[in-house]
Amino acid sequence: MTDTVFIEGGRVIDPASGVDGVRTVVVRDGKVAEVAERLERPRDVRAVDARGRWVTPGFLDLHVHLREPGQEYKETVATGARAAAAGGFTAVCAMPNTVPPNDNTSVTELILARARAAGLARVYPVGCISKGMKGEELAEYGELQAAGCVALSDDGRPVASSALMRRALEYARAFDLPLTVHEEDLALVGKGVMHEGPAATRLGLKGIPAASEEVMVARDLALLELTGGRLHIAHLSTAGSVRAVREAKRRGLSVTAEVTPHHLALTDEDVARSRYATAFKMAPPLRSAADRAAVREALADGTIDCIATDHAPHSPVEKDLEFDAAANGVVGLETAFPVGLALVREGVLSERRLVEALTAGPARAFRLPGGSLARGAPADLAVLDPAREWRCEPALFHSKSKNSPWMGATLVGRCTLTLVGGRIVHELAEGGR
Amino acid sequence: MIGKHRHLTGLEPLTREEILSVLELATSMKEVLRRPLKKVPTLRGKAVVNLFFEASTRTRTSFETAAKILSADAINWTSSSSSVTKGETLVDTALNIEAMHPDILVIRHPAGGAPELVAQHVSCAVVSAGDGAHEHPTQGLLDLYTLSEHFCAAGGAPAGAAPDFGVLAGKTIAIVGDVSHSRVARSDLHGLTKLGAKVRVCGPPTMIPQGIEAMGAEVHHQLRPAVEGADAVVMLRIQHERIGDPLIPGTREYSKFWGLNERKAAEWLTPSCAILHPGPINRGVELAPEVADGARSVILDQVENGVAVRMAVLYLLAGGAHEAAEGGARA
Repeated sequence: MTDTVFIEGGRVIDPASGVDGVRTVVVRDGKVAEVAERLERPRDVRAVDARGRWVTPGFLDLHVHLREPGQEYKETVATGARAAAAGGFTAVCAMPNTVPPNDNTSVTELILARARAAGLARVYPVGCISKGMKGEELAEYGELQAAGCVALSDDGRPVASSALMRRALEYARAFDLPLTVHEEDLALVGKGVMHEGPAATRLGLKGIPAASEEVMVARDLALLELTGGRLHIAHLSTAGSVRAVREAKRRGLSVTAEVTPHHLALTDEDVARSRYATAFKMAPPLRSAADRAAVREALADGTIDCIATDHAPHSPVEKDLEFDAAANGVVGLETAFPVGLALVREGVLSERRLVEALTAGPARAFRLPGGSLARGAPADLAVLDPAREWRCEPALFHSKSKNSPWMGATLVGRCTLTLVGGRIVHELAEGGR
Repeated sequence: MIGKHRHLTGLEPLTREEILSVLELATSMKEVLRRPLKKVPTLRGKAVVNLFFEASTRTRTSFETAAKILSADAINWTSSSSSVTKGETLVDTALNIEAMHPDILVIRHPAGGAPELVAQHVSCAVVSAGDGAHEHPTQGLLDLYTLSEHFCAAGGAPAGAAPDFGVLAGKTIAIVGDVSHSRVARSDLHGLTKLGAKVRVCGPPTMIPQGIEAMGAEVHHQLRPAVEGADAVVMLRIQHERIGDPLIPGTREYSKFWGLNERKAAEWLTPSCAILHPGPINRGVELAPEVADGARSVILDQVENGVAVRMAVLYLLAGGAHEAAEGGARA
């Protein structure tokens, strides 16, 4: 048997090539060899029966935390990549807030070496905007890029200094690297732990106003206009941020944005309903219903370019605490597809737009390879069962951490097969949970 | 059990009927409290642990008194002398205390939701004695009790008669002060609105949390319209430790615009309007001494009723209702 795979009878949804219909995808030598309606299958190839399933480009996630080096008890590059593969993701961008942070090539190289050893997903390191993520001095962007970084971020920490942010945008232009920014004015956040509004008032928790994000988005768009360069707004969460990005795009600024599945699906009222469950605590916090409606609309109309999970693994040591004291963040790689699919059922997104937001959208935003099943492209693809019901439980997660707001919920939609470079990296047993 | 609830972490989850059941039981508890020999064997053999992660004198003493009158063993635990200072988590602390088989944990904690977190990990009953800016349910219950008693007396009920808690329906209560940080305000709001009262909240805009209207409150920023025509006023403590936050420029200005002195009380309040305060009072800031100690003040009634209400809560959560049904000792 050769390494040729025939994926037959599935509905191929590939927005990048404009394909949506039942096709056979032929994978050969690690590449997409053919996508065609009728193909004779030779006898000595592997066949995958994809009837009733979707066949899409592998998902790309511009925003994950793999925790290695430094916090391997939460996640490693290998476990994170395994979780990615199980969720249909074939490529992930690893945020630099590791310990030590990825502000130098030795960290970048370690991440890439671990990713190669795991061989489960393409891992693209993101380097720091500032040395040590301290917001004081620029990191060595050229060195970081040469070592393999595809973007820059101090994610987890906003760049407080407008002057440094200006220089970062300017300097990054030399290397054509996007800056992916965590937008929070920490003085406005104060001791806040959830979105400021009626739910926080009822729970007696300190609120974080939407304006804490919006003032920083406004600042960085003004700086982008001054400097040029490429700005990517990470985990955009408010209606005001949507308005600002929409207007900036209309004026032709080079800005892109992502939204997380949890900000698309949940609101601050879910924090109240959960009665202080820390799996609902994240930064930015779950916002109001009006904010959620705005980010949904913005994703549907393209103002927001893509879905990114902000996969943030934490162990019970950080999460099984009072809400005030618990760490921010939730895991997301293994639930992104069913959560997105629920938006399709609700009429928020078309099927094509959902797939685009997980594939071509992020690939374009960071100018990464992948996100398409065009002939000759690397055979990074996912086979998805849009009807598969499964109960989200800790034992099913490949991530080391289980801090998911969907834990215990019944979800619909599951990735059944993932190929990276033509190699099967994840396969859900028939009837497997 | 209070209704279907094993724990008391707030008044928000309780129905009107569940609240009334506690208040009605508190009436007979108050009678016990006032006896010359105030000890009944009702909770003999039960252990109540007061787990206080924040300084408190009156609430802790009130719970301790309530437990001891009912013959429960009350054990006081404070975080300053505990392993919390060595880095132990709340859940670990609770599990360790639970291993000593208490029947009830009474928890005071600076973080909202802490009693609910503990309740998820232990099998004994949990009572919140105040969590962050969330709720202080027994304070809410004692305020409901005190207000009902006051309104019944003002309506001509004989002294010492059991209050009719239906009297709260249609009454207007003003809550004045730092509502954003007040767990008392939230419990009062839940309790009062469930019993049919109208609630006004008043304070500088920096002390009124966003969306409090959704809890049924009418918001005022000026004192006079907030208290005029009110049947009672709850003055909240200004927390000096928070003046460092830029919520108000200082206590002098606060006192001038949001404090109650004798003149304002005489000119703006109706003759029968009661004044409550969860204590401790900053004399001369939120209340002038003459007002705090004046005829309208029911502040010491609140303290007394606090013990009765806590006796009722401990009784119900320690299985008192169950024992009573089996013909066991009853207060």
